[in-house]
Amino acid sequence: MDEVIRVERLRKRFGALEVLRGIDCVVRAGEVVCVIGPSGSGKSTFLRCLNGLEEASGGTVHVGGVSVHEARTDLDALRAEIGMVFQRFNLFPHKTVLENIVLAPTRVRGLSATRALGRARELLAKVGLLDKVDAYPNQLSGGQQQRVAIARALAMQPRIMLFDEPTSSLDPEMVGEVLAVMQALAEEGMTMVVVTHEMGFARQVADRVVFIDEGLVVEEGAPGALFDRPREDRTRRFLSKVI
Amino acid sequence: MEPLLWFGWFRADIIAEYALLFCRGLQMTITVTLICIVQGTGLGLAIGMARLAHTRHAPASLVCKYLLRWPSTVYVSFFRGTPLFVQILLMHFAVLPLLVNPSDGLLISGEAARSLKQNYGAFLSGVMALTLNAGAYISEIFRAGIQSIDRGQVEASRSLGLTHARTMYHVVLPQAFRRMLPPLGNNAISLLKDSSLISAIGLAEMAYAARTVAGAYSRYWEPYLTISLMYWVLTLGLAYLVKKLEARYGRGDTR
Repeated sequence: MDEVIRVERLRKRFGALEVLRGIDCVVRAGEVVCVIGPSGSGKSTFLRCLNGLEEASGGTVHVGGVSVHEARTDLDALRAEIGMVFQRFNLFPHKTVLENIVLAPTRVRGLSATRALGRARELLAKVGLLDKVDAYPNQLSGGQQQRVAIARALAMQPRIMLFDEPTSSLDPEMVGEVLAVMQALAEEGMTMVVVTHEMGFARQVADRVVFIDEGLVVEEGAPGALFDRPREDRTRRFLSKVI
Repeated sequence: MEPLLWFGWFRADIIAEYALLFCRGLQMTITVTLICIVQGTGLGLAIGMARLAHTRHAPASLVCKYLLRWPSTVYVSFFRGTPLFVQILLMHFAVLPLLVNPSDGLLISGEAARSLKQNYGAFLSGVMALTLNAGAYISEIFRAGIQSIDRGQVEASRSLGLTHARTMYHVVLPQAFRRMLPPLGNNAISLLKDSSLISAIGLAEMAYAARTVAGAYSRYWEPYLTISLMYWVLTLGLAYLVKKLEARYGRGDTR
């Protein structure tokens, strides 16, 4: 399969703090990769380097063959192809659900309002929120907001979806509805990189799990192998705490 | 005119005699205030954005620093750090003659300059000084408003592929504007009151009308109390307007 993301020797410093210390990673088309690791291990920073939300301090990131951290790269065009879902949802509070979803397709893709609205409704039906089209984000529960955020990212018809701890700020009873939407997306063949603490989801949905600690990839492999027969001591210690 | 006394001491006839002067003054005060609010808001937005300009890669990052951030910071510092009254005097007696001058004006010279300065000199320099001053204060309101918006909003918008400008226009500024309404309203009220300072260079607005009347009759309570009431009514009206706007646009802000 084609590789869509290639990360080589990726480093990221915040002042004196070195968060990423040389990450290598390849993601192929249609693959679902879950990134796990303790808090502060650098997994979110890694994800944010993939679409240039963070600037790399060293190494390279190629997405779809385009080098992300280069001055002449058109980051806006690249980001239009990469959907991102955040821990804190980040819906636009002054816009309705529908307006949140159609903003980028109409402004970036130049879609007509009619077509964008039609597609937005399809996506809302898919995430089960067709009755909320005219609601404002603050009228929705966390789980509903996150599903809208997923629909908003999908409206750009991205080639890749990045998820940054999408269920970490949800009440426990809402985690399931968001994971279900993500699982359906994975089954449709979307290429996904998911930073998560949901080990059940990683085991069930991921094609590959990457364990990051202290800014390095400690171990990666198929979920069955990594969860049941971890090779590294550090992986074993981490898993014993979270499972 | 027969002296008309209210409450035994207030010479209402003086006010009646000069009613037209007060009305023209009122008109001028409102005109100057409106022009300065509009221009100051535009200028404030531009300066506020300039103060926040930054980019990752050289050489654009150097342009941002030395041609945008640095000059705008000095500008704001100067206009907030010196008295408005002094700025008005400086504008009228130093800057305007430099720009508009019959013999060697930088912008306009010759006969046109003479008549322009004679007829509109005080108006021009007053409006310029007040606009520049308001722009400095309003830019700080814009800057604070923009910076108060959660970083996640910009990140969400940029990761959808929207440019920086579109992110500002569609995502950040509409949210920031709601939060900026109360301080912008206070600023408009200050502007209205500060316009009285332009009377010092001879612009015939409300305070100037009062001074004229006071000089003619050597009576001070009547004219100054009258314009005080007029200012008060105007500021109350402005405050009411801002409250209405807040009620209309303040919804949907969750924070």
